Amino acid sequence: MNLMSLFRRRDSAPVARERLQVLLAHERAFVGKSDLLAVLQEEIISVIAKHVTIERERVQIKLDRGDPISILEIDVEVPSAAAAAALRETRAAMAGG
Amino acid sequence: MATVIVVTSGKGGVGKTTSTAALGAALAQQNQNVVVVDFDVGLRNLDLVMGAERRVVFDLINVVQGDAKLPQALIRDKRIDTLSLLPASQTRDKDALTAEGVTRVIGELREKFDWIICDSPAGIERGATLAMRHADAAVVVTNPEVSSVRDSDRIIGMLDSKTAKAEKGERVDKHLLLTRYDAARAARGEMLKTEDVLEILSIPLLGIIPESEEVLRASNLGSPVTIGSPNSVAAKAYFEAARRLKGETLVVTVPAERRSIMGRLFGRRAVA
Repeated sequence: MNLMSLFRRRDSAPVARERLQVLLAHERAFVGKSDLLAVLQEEIISVIAKHVTIERERVQIKLDRGDPISILEIDVEVPSAAAAAALRETRAAMAGG
Repeated sequence: MATVIVVTSGKGGVGKTTSTAALGAALAQQNQNVVVVDFDVGLRNLDLVMGAERRVVFDLINVVQGDAKLPQALIRDKRIDTLSLLPASQTRDKDALTAEGVTRVIGELREKFDWIICDSPAGIERGATLAMRHADAAVVVTNPEVSSVRDSDRIIGMLDSKTAKAEKGERVDKHLLLTRYDAARAARGEMLKTEDVLEILSIPLLGIIPESEEVLRASNLGSPVTIGSPNSVAAKAYFEAARRLKGETLVVTVPAERRSIMGRLFGRRAVA
Protein backbone atom coordinates (compact mmCIF):
# COMPACT_ATOMS: atom_id res chain seq x y z
CA MET A 1 0.00 0.00 0.00
CA ASN A 2 1.51 3.30 -1.01
CA LEU A 3 0.75 6.73 0.35
CA MET A 4 -1.74 7.57 -2.39
CA SER A 5 -3.92 4.56 -1.71
CA LEU A 6 -4.48 5.90 1.79
CA PHE A 7 -6.19 8.92 0.30
CA ARG A 8 -8.02 7.00 -2.37
CA ARG A 9 -9.48 4.41 -0.06
CA ARG A 10 -13.25 4.56 -0.07
CA ASP A 11 -15.20 4.29 3.15
CA SER A 12 -16.23 0.69 3.56
CA ALA A 13 -19.13 1.14 5.99
CA PRO A 14 -21.56 2.48 3.33
CA VAL A 15 -20.74 -0.54 1.16
CA ALA A 16 -21.46 -2.87 4.09
CA ARG A 17 -24.74 -1.12 4.72
CA GLU A 18 -25.86 -1.35 1.13
CA ARG A 19 -24.90 -5.01 0.78
CA LEU A 20 -26.79 -5.87 3.96
CA GLN A 21 -29.91 -4.00 2.88
CA VAL A 22 -30.09 -5.85 -0.43
CA LEU A 23 -29.31 -9.23 1.10
CA LEU A 24 -31.72 -8.97 4.01
CA ALA A 25 -34.58 -7.77 1.83
CA HIS A 26 -34.31 -11.12 0.07
CA GLU A 27 -33.65 -13.28 3.07
CA ARG A 28 -36.70 -11.89 4.84
CA ALA A 29 -38.87 -12.61 1.81
CA PHE A 30 -37.64 -16.18 1.58
CA VAL A 31 -37.52 -17.00 5.27
CA GLY A 32 -38.87 -20.48 5.91
CA LYS A 33 -38.90 -21.11 2.19
CA SER A 34 -35.28 -22.04 1.87
CA ASP A 35 -36.00 -24.66 -0.76
CA LEU A 36 -38.15 -22.32 -2.83
CA LEU A 37 -35.99 -22.91 -5.90
CA ALA A 38 -36.25 -26.69 -5.60
CA VAL A 39 -40.04 -26.43 -5.29
CA LEU A 40 -40.23 -24.07 -8.24
CA GLN A 41 -38.08 -26.39 -10.32
CA GLU A 42 -40.33 -29.39 -9.58
CA GLU A 43 -43.53 -27.52 -10.35
CA ILE A 44 -42.19 -25.94 -13.52
CA ILE A 45 -40.98 -29.30 -14.78
CA SER A 46 -44.34 -30.91 -14.13
CA VAL A 47 -46.22 -28.14 -15.93
CA ILE A 48 -43.98 -28.29 -19.00
CA ALA A 49 -43.92 -32.08 -19.02
CA LYS A 50 -47.70 -32.10 -19.47
CA HIS A 51 -47.27 -30.57 -22.88
CA VAL A 52 -43.83 -31.48 -24.19
CA THR A 53 -41.35 -34.25 -23.52
CA ILE A 54 -38.36 -32.92 -21.62
CA GLU A 55 -35.47 -34.28 -19.61
CA ARG A 56 -35.35 -33.23 -15.98
CA GLU A 57 -31.63 -32.58 -16.11
CA ARG A 58 -32.12 -30.12 -18.93
CA VAL A 59 -34.09 -27.68 -16.81
CA GLN A 60 -31.99 -25.04 -15.08
CA ILE A 61 -33.29 -22.55 -12.58
CA LYS A 62 -31.24 -19.62 -11.34
CA LEU A 63 -32.09 -16.73 -9.08
CA ASP A 64 -29.96 -13.62 -9.25
CA ARG A 65 -30.74 -11.42 -6.30
CA GLY A 66 -30.41 -7.73 -6.97
CA ASP A 67 -31.83 -4.35 -6.23
CA PRO A 68 -34.37 -3.10 -7.30
CA ILE A 69 -35.21 -6.36 -9.09
CA SER A 70 -34.18 -9.99 -8.98
CA ILE A 71 -34.01 -12.18 -12.02
CA LEU A 72 -35.49 -15.64 -12.01
CA GLU A 73 -33.97 -17.43 -14.97
CA ILE A 74 -35.57 -20.61 -16.24
CA ASP A 75 -33.73 -22.48 -18.94
CA VAL A 76 -35.59 -25.43 -20.46
CA GLU A 77 -34.10 -27.43 -23.29
CA VAL A 78 -36.89 -28.74 -25.49
CA PRO A 79 -35.72 -31.59 -27.69
CA SER A 80 -36.58 -31.75 -31.39
CA ALA A 81 -39.60 -33.87 -32.38
CA ALA A 82 -37.40 -36.82 -33.37
CA ALA A 83 -35.32 -36.65 -30.20
CA ALA A 84 -38.50 -36.42 -28.14
CA ALA A 85 -39.90 -39.52 -29.80
CA ALA A 86 -36.67 -41.39 -29.12
CA LEU A 87 -36.80 -40.25 -25.52
CA ARG A 88 -40.39 -41.46 -25.12
CA GLU A 89 -39.40 -44.85 -26.55
CA THR A 90 -36.49 -45.20 -24.13
CA ARG A 91 -38.77 -44.35 -21.23
CA ALA A 92 -41.44 -46.79 -22.36
CA ALA A 93 -38.79 -49.50 -22.72
CA MET A 94 -37.45 -48.74 -19.24
CA ALA A 95 -40.94 -48.73 -17.76
CA GLY A 96 -41.72 -52.02 -19.55
CA GLY A 97 -38.43 -53.69 -18.54
CA MET B 1 -44.23 -10.56 37.93
CA ALA B 2 -41.06 -12.18 36.62
CA THR B 3 -39.60 -11.23 33.26
CA VAL B 4 -37.76 -13.80 31.16
CA ILE B 5 -35.10 -12.34 28.90
CA VAL B 6 -33.08 -14.19 26.28
CA VAL B 7 -29.69 -12.80 25.32
CA THR B 8 -29.17 -14.01 21.79
CA SER B 9 -27.36 -13.21 18.54
CA GLY B 10 -27.09 -16.11 16.13
CA LYS B 11 -23.41 -15.41 15.60
CA GLY B 12 -20.85 -16.53 18.16
CA GLY B 13 -18.29 -14.35 19.83
CA VAL B 14 -20.28 -11.12 19.75
CA GLY B 15 -20.61 -10.81 23.53
CA LYS B 16 -23.70 -12.74 24.63
CA THR B 17 -22.16 -14.25 27.73
CA THR B 18 -20.34 -11.07 28.74
CA SER B 19 -23.56 -9.09 28.27
CA THR B 20 -25.67 -11.64 30.16
CA ALA B 21 -23.27 -11.39 33.11
CA ALA B 22 -23.05 -7.60 32.99
CA LEU B 23 -26.79 -6.98 32.54
CA GLY B 24 -27.70 -9.57 35.16
CA ALA B 25 -25.27 -8.08 37.65
CA ALA B 26 -26.40 -4.53 36.82
CA LEU B 27 -30.06 -5.41 37.49
CA ALA B 28 -29.08 -7.16 40.74
CA GLN B 29 -27.05 -4.09 41.73
CA GLN B 30 -30.28 -2.12 41.21
CA ASN B 31 -31.92 -4.29 43.89
CA GLN B 32 -33.64 -6.71 41.57
CA ASN B 33 -33.75 -10.44 42.19
CA VAL B 34 -31.89 -11.92 39.24
CA VAL B 35 -30.88 -15.35 37.96
CA VAL B 36 -28.64 -15.78 34.93
CA VAL B 37 -29.13 -19.13 33.17
CA ASP B 38 -26.55 -20.70 30.88
CA PHE B 39 -28.21 -22.54 27.98
CA ASP B 40 -24.94 -23.35 26.23
CA VAL B 41 -24.89 -27.04 27.10
CA GLY B 42 -21.51 -28.62 26.42
CA LEU B 43 -19.76 -25.26 26.07
CA ARG B 44 -20.68 -23.51 29.29
CA ASN B 45 -18.87 -20.27 30.01
CA LEU B 46 -21.20 -18.09 32.00
CA ASP B 47 -19.84 -19.69 35.20
CA LEU B 48 -16.34 -18.59 34.20
CA VAL B 49 -17.33 -15.04 33.31
CA MET B 50 -19.26 -14.81 36.60
CA GLY B 51 -16.28 -16.14 38.55
CA ALA B 52 -18.23 -19.15 39.85
CA GLU B 53 -16.52 -21.92 37.89
CA ARG B 54 -15.22 -23.65 41.02
CA ARG B 55 -18.59 -23.69 42.72
CA VAL B 56 -20.59 -25.65 40.12
CA VAL B 57 -22.01 -28.88 41.53
CA PHE B 58 -25.33 -29.42 39.77
CA ASP B 59 -26.46 -27.83 36.53
CA LEU B 60 -29.45 -27.06 34.32
CA ILE B 61 -29.47 -30.58 32.83
CA ASN B 62 -29.51 -32.17 36.31
CA VAL B 63 -32.53 -30.06 37.18
CA VAL B 64 -34.23 -30.68 33.82
CA GLN B 65 -33.79 -34.44 34.26
CA GLY B 66 -34.84 -34.42 37.90
CA ASP B 67 -31.43 -35.50 39.27
CA ALA B 68 -31.21 -32.37 41.40
CA LYS B 69 -33.64 -29.85 42.82
CA LEU B 70 -33.47 -26.30 41.54
CA PRO B 71 -32.17 -24.78 44.83
CA GLN B 72 -29.28 -27.29 44.80
CA ALA B 73 -28.16 -26.13 41.36
CA LEU B 74 -28.49 -22.38 41.90
CA ILE B 75 -25.22 -20.64 42.80
CA ARG B 76 -25.62 -17.46 44.81
CA ASP B 77 -23.14 -14.73 43.83
CA LYS B 78 -20.64 -13.94 46.59
CA ARG B 79 -20.55 -10.21 45.82
CA ILE B 80 -24.24 -9.45 45.28
CA ASP B 81 -26.73 -11.54 47.18
CA THR B 82 -29.66 -10.87 44.85
CA LEU B 83 -27.77 -12.46 41.94
CA SER B 84 -27.77 -16.20 41.19
CA LEU B 85 -26.42 -18.42 38.44
CA LEU B 86 -27.86 -21.60 36.99
CA PRO B 87 -24.94 -23.15 35.10
CA ALA B 88 -25.10 -25.33 31.99
CA SER B 89 -23.69 -28.82 31.87
CA GLN B 90 -20.20 -29.17 30.49
CA THR B 91 -20.20 -32.92 29.97
CA ARG B 92 -23.66 -33.68 28.70
CA ASP B 93 -25.02 -33.57 25.20
CA LYS B 94 -27.24 -30.67 24.21
CA ASP B 95 -29.99 -33.19 23.40
CA ALA B 96 -30.35 -33.74 27.15
CA LEU B 97 -32.24 -30.44 27.22
CA THR B 98 -35.92 -31.23 26.69
CA ALA B 99 -38.65 -28.74 25.88
CA GLU B 100 -40.83 -29.97 28.77
CA GLY B 101 -37.93 -29.83 31.21
CA VAL B 102 -37.06 -26.27 30.21
CA THR B 103 -40.70 -25.22 30.55
CA ARG B 104 -40.81 -26.63 34.09
CA VAL B 105 -37.50 -25.05 35.17
CA ILE B 106 -38.44 -21.63 33.80
CA GLY B 107 -41.78 -21.93 35.61
CA GLU B 108 -39.99 -22.63 38.90
CA LEU B 109 -37.53 -19.76 38.32
CA ARG B 110 -40.42 -17.37 37.67
CA GLU B 111 -41.61 -17.97 41.21
CA LYS B 112 -38.24 -17.13 42.78
CA PHE B 113 -36.86 -14.23 40.73
CA ASP B 114 -37.82 -10.88 39.18
CA TRP B 115 -35.55 -11.41 36.19
CA ILE B 116 -34.54 -14.64 34.47
CA ILE B 117 -31.80 -13.93 31.96
CA CYS B 118 -31.10 -16.78 29.56
CA ASP B 119 -27.71 -16.84 27.86
CA SER B 120 -28.35 -18.46 24.48
CA PRO B 121 -25.79 -20.57 22.66
CA ALA B 122 -24.70 -19.36 19.22
CA GLY B 123 -26.45 -20.78 16.19
CA ILE B 124 -30.10 -21.36 15.40
CA GLU B 125 -30.36 -24.95 16.55
CA ARG B 126 -32.21 -26.55 19.43
CA GLY B 127 -30.18 -24.92 22.22
CA ALA B 128 -30.87 -21.46 20.83
CA THR B 129 -34.56 -22.11 20.22
CA LEU B 130 -35.01 -23.54 23.73
CA ALA B 131 -33.23 -20.53 25.25
CA MET B 132 -35.67 -18.15 23.53
CA ARG B 133 -38.72 -20.38 23.98
CA HIS B 134 -40.20 -18.69 27.07
CA ALA B 135 -38.78 -15.20 26.60
CA ASP B 136 -40.92 -12.15 27.31
CA ALA B 137 -38.15 -9.96 25.91
CA ALA B 138 -34.97 -10.46 23.93
CA VAL B 139 -31.65 -8.70 23.94
CA VAL B 140 -30.18 -9.11 20.47
CA VAL B 141 -26.43 -8.68 20.79
CA THR B 142 -24.91 -7.37 17.58
CA ASN B 143 -21.47 -6.19 16.48
CA PRO B 144 -21.33 -3.42 13.85
CA GLU B 145 -20.17 -5.93 11.27
CA VAL B 146 -21.96 -7.52 8.28
CA SER B 147 -22.07 -11.15 9.39
CA SER B 148 -23.29 -10.27 12.87
CA VAL B 149 -26.05 -8.00 11.52
CA ARG B 150 -27.21 -10.68 9.09
CA ASP B 151 -27.36 -13.32 11.83
CA SER B 152 -29.20 -10.94 14.15
CA ASP B 153 -31.80 -10.40 11.45
CA ARG B 154 -32.30 -14.14 11.26
CA ILE B 155 -32.64 -14.42 15.03
CA ILE B 156 -35.19 -11.58 15.07
CA GLY B 157 -37.22 -13.60 12.56
CA MET B 158 -37.08 -16.61 14.89
CA LEU B 159 -38.11 -14.53 17.90
CA ASP B 160 -41.19 -13.54 15.91
CA SER B 161 -42.08 -17.12 14.97
CA LYS B 162 -40.55 -19.77 17.23
CA THR B 163 -41.21 -18.47 20.73
CA ALA B 164 -44.12 -19.43 22.97
CA LYS B 165 -45.31 -15.80 22.85
CA ALA B 166 -45.21 -15.72 19.06
CA GLU B 167 -47.22 -18.93 18.88
CA LYS B 168 -49.89 -17.34 21.08
CA GLY B 169 -49.99 -14.37 18.70
CA GLU B 170 -48.15 -12.11 21.14
CA ARG B 171 -44.88 -10.30 20.62
CA VAL B 172 -41.51 -10.75 22.26
CA ASP B 173 -40.07 -7.29 23.02
CA LYS B 174 -36.82 -7.08 21.12
CA HIS B 175 -33.93 -4.81 22.07
CA LEU B 176 -30.71 -4.20 20.21
CA LEU B 177 -27.49 -4.19 22.20
CA LEU B 178 -24.67 -2.98 20.00
CA THR B 179 -21.38 -4.29 21.37
CA ARG B 180 -17.71 -3.80 20.51
CA TYR B 181 -18.57 -0.42 19.07
CA ASP B 182 -15.74 1.88 18.08
CA ALA B 183 -17.19 5.38 17.70
CA ALA B 184 -14.03 6.76 16.10
CA ARG B 185 -13.95 4.09 13.40
CA ALA B 186 -17.68 4.51 12.76
CA ALA B 187 -17.14 8.27 12.37
CA ARG B 188 -14.39 7.60 9.84
CA GLY B 189 -16.72 5.41 7.77
CA GLU B 190 -14.77 2.26 8.55
CA MET B 191 -17.47 0.64 10.65
CA LEU B 192 -21.24 0.49 10.42
CA LYS B 193 -22.78 3.30 12.43
CA THR B 194 -25.41 2.78 15.11
CA GLU B 195 -28.02 4.37 12.82
CA ASP B 196 -27.11 1.97 10.01
CA VAL B 197 -27.62 -1.09 12.19
CA LEU B 198 -30.83 0.33 13.68
CA GLU B 199 -32.23 1.10 10.26
CA ILE B 200 -31.43 -2.36 8.95
CA LEU B 201 -32.69 -4.35 11.93
CA SER B 202 -35.43 -1.88 12.97
CA ILE B 203 -35.67 -2.82 16.63
CA PRO B 204 -35.21 -0.31 19.48
CA LEU B 205 -31.76 0.35 20.87
CA LEU B 206 -31.02 -0.88 24.39
CA GLY B 207 -27.48 0.39 24.53
CA ILE B 208 -24.11 0.77 22.90
CA ILE B 209 -21.19 -0.98 24.55
CA PRO B 210 -17.81 0.30 23.40
CA GLU B 211 -14.93 -1.93 22.46
CA SER B 212 -13.19 -1.76 25.80
CA GLU B 213 -10.26 -3.17 27.66
CA GLU B 214 -12.35 -3.21 30.79
CA VAL B 215 -14.68 -5.84 29.34
CA LEU B 216 -11.80 -8.24 28.67
CA ARG B 217 -10.29 -7.48 32.03
CA ALA B 218 -13.63 -8.30 33.65
CA SER B 219 -13.77 -11.75 32.05
CA ASN B 220 -10.14 -12.37 32.92
CA LEU B 221 -10.99 -11.72 36.56
CA GLY B 222 -14.34 -13.53 36.57
CA SER B 223 -16.15 -10.41 37.58
CA PRO B 224 -18.94 -8.86 35.48
CA VAL B 225 -17.77 -5.44 34.31
CA THR B 226 -20.50 -3.69 36.31
CA ILE B 227 -19.08 -5.22 39.49
CA GLY B 228 -15.35 -5.22 38.67
CA SER B 229 -15.10 -1.79 37.02
CA PRO B 230 -18.38 -0.04 37.83
CA ASN B 231 -17.04 3.35 36.75
CA SER B 232 -15.82 2.26 33.33
CA VAL B 233 -17.57 3.46 30.20
CA ALA B 234 -18.69 -0.10 29.41
CA ALA B 235 -20.17 -0.63 32.88
CA LYS B 236 -22.05 2.67 32.68
CA ALA B 237 -23.49 1.60 29.34
CA TYR B 238 -24.64 -1.71 30.89
CA PHE B 239 -26.14 0.06 33.92
CA GLU B 240 -28.14 2.30 31.59
CA ALA B 241 -29.21 -0.67 29.48
CA ALA B 242 -30.45 -2.41 32.64
CA ARG B 243 -32.50 0.66 33.56
CA ARG B 244 -34.01 0.70 30.08
CA LEU B 245 -34.95 -2.97 30.49
CA LYS B 246 -36.83 -1.90 33.61
CA GLY B 247 -38.78 0.52 31.47
CA GLU B 248 -36.96 3.77 32.15
CA THR B 249 -36.52 6.12 29.23
CA LEU B 250 -32.95 7.34 28.92
CA VAL B 251 -31.26 8.92 25.94
CA VAL B 252 -28.64 6.56 24.49
CA THR B 253 -25.26 8.22 24.28
CA VAL B 254 -22.44 6.97 22.09
CA PRO B 255 -19.77 5.97 24.55
CA ALA B 256 -16.16 6.80 23.83
CA GLU B 257 -13.13 5.67 25.73
CA ARG B 258 -11.13 8.63 26.88
CA ARG B 259 -7.72 8.48 25.28
CA SER B 260 -4.68 10.65 25.47
CA ILE B 261 -2.89 11.89 22.35
CA MET B 262 -0.21 9.26 22.86
CA GLY B 263 -2.85 6.60 23.38
CA ARG B 264 -4.53 7.63 20.14
CA LEU B 265 -1.28 7.56 18.26
CA PHE B 266 -0.26 4.18 19.52
CA GLY B 267 -3.73 2.64 19.69
CA ARG B 268 -3.82 1.95 23.39
CA ARG B 269 -4.83 3.70 26.55
CA ALA B 270 -2.18 5.81 28.12
CA VAL B 271 -1.11 4.82 31.61
CA ALA B 272 -2.76 7.24 33.94
